[in-house]
Parts: sequence; structure tokens; C-alpha cells
Amino acid sequence: MKKISKKEMNKFIQSLMADYTILAPVNIEGIFFFKPVADFQGIDGEYKNSKKPPKEVFFPQTETMFKYKDGKVESTEKVKGKRILLGVRPCDARANLLLDNVFAGEDYEDIYYTNKRENTIIIGLACNEPSSTCFCSSFGGGPFSKEGLDILLIDIKDSYLVDTVTDKGGKILTGEFKEATDKEVKLAEKIKNEAEKKIKSRIRIEGIKEKLDAMFDDPFWDELSERCIGCGICSYLCPTCHCFDIQDEAKNSQGRRVRNWDSCMFPLFTLQASGHNPRPTGKERMRQRIMHKFNYFVENYKEVACVGCGRCIINCPVNIDIRKVLKKILTI
Amino acid sequence: MRNPYLPIPVKVGRVFVESEDKTLKTLDLLFLKKEDEENFKFMPGQFCEISVWGKGEAPFGIASSPTEKGFLRFTVNRVGVVTTALHYLKEGDEVGLRGPLGNHYPVDLFKGKNVVIIGGGFAFTTLRALTKYLLDFRQDFKDITVIYGARTPGMLLYKKELNKWQRREDLKVYITVDKGDGTWQGLTGFVPTIVEKVAPSPKDAYAVICGPPVMIKFTLPKLINLGFPPERIYTSLEMRMKCGIGKCGRCNIGRFYVCKDGPVFNCAQLEKLPKEY
Repeated sequence: MKKISKKEMNKFIQSLMADYTILAPVNIEGIFFFKPVADFQGIDGEYKNSKKPPKEVFFPQTETMFKYKDGKVESTEKVKGKRILLGVRPCDARANLLLDNVFAGEDYEDIYYTNKRENTIIIGLACNEPSSTCFCSSFGGGPFSKEGLDILLIDIKDSYLVDTVTDKGGKILTGEFKEATDKEVKLAEKIKNEAEKKIKSRIRIEGIKEKLDAMFDDPFWDELSERCIGCGICSYLCPTCHCFDIQDEAKNSQGRRVRNWDSCMFPLFTLQASGHNPRPTGKERMRQRIMHKFNYFVENYKEVACVGCGRCIINCPVNIDIRKVLKKILTI
Repeated sequence: MRNPYLPIPVKVGRVFVESEDKTLKTLDLLFLKKEDEENFKFMPGQFCEISVWGKGEAPFGIASSPTEKGFLRFTVNRVGVVTTALHYLKEGDEVGLRGPLGNHYPVDLFKGKNVVIIGGGFAFTTLRALTKYLLDFRQDFKDITVIYGARTPGMLLYKKELNKWQRREDLKVYITVDKGDGTWQGLTGFVPTIVEKVAPSPKDAYAVICGPPVMIKFTLPKLINLGFPPERIYTSLEMRMKCGIGKCGRCNIGRFYVCKDGPVFNCAQLEKLPKEY
């Protein structure tokens, strides 16, 4: 394992800017967003995780798919330059792998997504201080998980230990890196163990899919959806949610086609032109969200579409807690 | 690989008003590029997304058969922004097309079998494609029966073609309307009732049914009573769709996306899915 002092790290990141756009967590009035940075001065000590998941780097909230004029279509699928996404938390890195199933799948490749994935190197930052809403370890992840990362950084106070995960990541590590001492590696191990212990929430995932198999018509969904106001924030800020809307913005025959994040929590999502809506009330929509993540996705891709980042818990205006929902499901 | 979100350019050929209330129009679309036409390989039951520039795109079942060359036929019910814009198009206007999308009727399974085609209202579009396809390979199939109903004679699609079909001896055609007018000499009555009366034999037979939900709901039990097993009854589902390739997330029934895994399902498959359509 390599190491680099935080000071040298800043210089190193700065040096990468000649070849890469650096996207890092930026503190905007106490809320963190991944933004391009022109002058890197380290990762803010207050940083826990970003408000919007870094999926937006590959699957932006709003994205132009093509422009058109008088029937001539010009695609905007090409991406310019290479990018480094710095400071991604292990949960979100795993979420990208889940999204790959959908967007980079065998049948139809979503080239807008895959182009951005290919031109981006992801440098993760291990979670020394997981939040009370974190439950990544329930779903196979962990605060020091390397899945979906090219490089993992471990904060050991004045320095980072640098764990190279992929060749793609290894290629950029030139110059300022020294070999970590045994003592430092042991320290990192100790921080890791402590971090894992700090995650108090544990959800037993075994059996949830099978429970849900038999629960489509259960009264549980009525009860659960009563409190929901259908704001959609749980799906907007979910790192594994991938639903989108497609709209044209145009004047006469000139315009562009855009896609925007959409949410299964909205009635218009499934409303048909005839007026028929297969998911007409909050009950069906809440059921769809839970079923998609813990049943349908599991059937299709053999994995649960949740990484335990806790964003839906933190941001829900009516305090719906997915951990409690899952625990309840297991008792039905 | 081609970007599946980019439409290819096509232009409007023949435009035809199908229904007396003018809400149903048929448009033939012509490829503008030879290579697009050559690459466009489809089967009856598949659909396309049609883009009207400046308005957006919407999904439509292909009403022509792959055996008909040089054009793709779509029948459009005027209900929303895109369909209204499509109704205003004239011959020569350019639109965009994505497809073919989704799966198709399993015509290979139908080979050497009897086929019963049951349609209602303007859902007859892909059934027209299927019937035409079967007729163009007539020797590959045994008896073909078409049962088709609409509210009034004036709401029937493809009237001229239906007349031609009715005169054929290698095809049984039953056209019914809920309510006749002064000149109507055909059958009257709802589709389920006619199916019961015609009583097609389930022996060596497949049924394909497409229509408004209420028609399907009452026709299915009739077919089951006649002895058709659920796995030999096929239908095509409608859902709100956007991407057409199983990514945008709105058209799922359980784990299946109607746009990608459907729209054609057999009733045995549907029985295993949640009733959310």
C-alpha cells in the first residue's frame, strides 16, 4: 500500500488538472455537491457524503440527448476530456455497479452513460466516521469497501493511505507516493475495524425477496403509504434509482430532446393517455419502489438495489425509514 | 452499436382517415435512407417510437406486415400532444422513428396450427400486421379465424381490407359492431359474445387477443371455457412508455418491462405477474 501526505495530495491533485477535470465534494452552505474544482485544497473535514449521489456524474439530473433542426438530428453522446471523481464514498461506488446492470446491460447500451463511465476515474474515500443512518454493511458493502472504485483513500490524519484497486487507477499514481510503513497499515486496519463497529444499523436481507414475493396484495402497503406525501426525494437522491423522463424542448422544428430524473412516486409517471393509471395511488407507488429495489431488481440482476447510503432516511420529510420498513416486512 | 435513442428520418406517405369521428388516422411512413430501410427488420407485434419534431415522441404498434415492403403503417388515435401533432401531418412531412422495439407474436409457434385472432376497437393495428403476415405465408398455417369488433361500423379500422378478407375462402372473418346503423348487415354484439357463438376449436390452435381491457377481461374466460390453455392465448399489453428499451422504468409489471420483455405475453405468463396493468 502507498501513502501520501495530505499536503502532497493537494499538489498531486493539482498536477492532474492538466489532463483531467477534477470533480470533488464542494461545500455549498453546509451541503456537499460534486463539482468541478479549479483549485484543490483538500477535502473539507465536515464532509460526510454528498447531497446528490455521484450517479449524476454519469446520469445527470438533466441531460440533452440530441439536438435537432428541421429533421436533422445531432447527438450529444460524445464526452469531452477525461475526468476524476474524487472523494466518492464506498456505498455510492457500489451503487454505480448496480446502475451498470441497467445502463451498460447486454441488450441495449446506453451510450450517454457508458461514455461518461469510461472517461472517469473514481477515487474513493473510506468512511472513518459512518453516520447513524448508514447501513452499507447489511448489503455486502462496508465503510472501507473497494467495489466500484479505481483507488481507495484512507484518511490516517496527516496522510492518506492509497489502495490501488484497478489498473485504470494505478496509472495516474506517479511521483509523490511512498510505501506505507507496517505501522501505518496497522493503523488503517484499526480505523477500519472501528468504523465498521460504528455502523449500528443492521438489516437481515435474507428472506426479504421471498417475503415480498407473497406480499403484493398485503394491506401493509396501505399502512406504509398513508404517511408518504409523494415528494419523490427518496428516489431522486437514491444512488441506485435510474428512472427518467424524456421530453422535447423546442420552438417550431428546432430544439433538443432531454432526459430528466423521474420518480415512480409521482402519479404522472405511469398515467396513460387514455386516463388509465396502473399505479393510481400512493399505495401502488410505494409498493413499486420497495418491490423494485428488493424484489424485481433481485430477480433481474441477482442483487438488491440498495447500498445503505441512508439518503432516503435523512431526506424524507415525513421520516419514513427504509430500515424499519424492511424490518417490518420480515415480520409479516 | 447504434445509439438506441436516436431516431432515423422518415417521411409521411399516404394518410388515411379511418373512423367516422376522425379520431383514428392511418399514416404510412417511408424511409428516407436506403440503409435504414435495410436494417429495419421486424415482426408482427413490435412497435416503434415516432418523434414529431418540436412535440416529442410516443409509442405505436406497427400495423403493416414485414412482407409489405417500402413503408411502415401506423394507426394513430388522437388523444395527446404527440398524437394530435401526428394527425396534423401531411404527405411529405418528416418525422423521426425508433425501432423496431419489443418482442413479437410467436408466429413460428403458430406454424402448422390453427390461429384465432380476436381484436377490438383501434387495438386491431398489430393484429392487422399479424393477419397480413399469416396470409402472406398462408400454406404454413392451418385455419385462420379473425373476430373483430368495434363500437359502430364507422369505427372499424381497415374497412376495405376487411371486405377483401371476407371474400377469401381460406380465411374466416367475423366482423361485429356494438350497435349497427341503417346499412349494417353484419353481426352485432360484443366481442366476447361473438367468440362464444363462433366457438373456435382449441384443438391445435393458438389465440391472439388484443383490445380494450374490458373486452379482454370478458373474452378470456370464454376462450378458457372453450378449452384454450392459457399458454396458447397471447395478448399485447399497453403501458406508458418513454425509452422503449427497459431503462426509464415506468412500464414494468413486476420484473418485466413491457417495452423490452413485451408487449406480447401469453396468459400463463401474465397469471404469474402482479395485476398491475
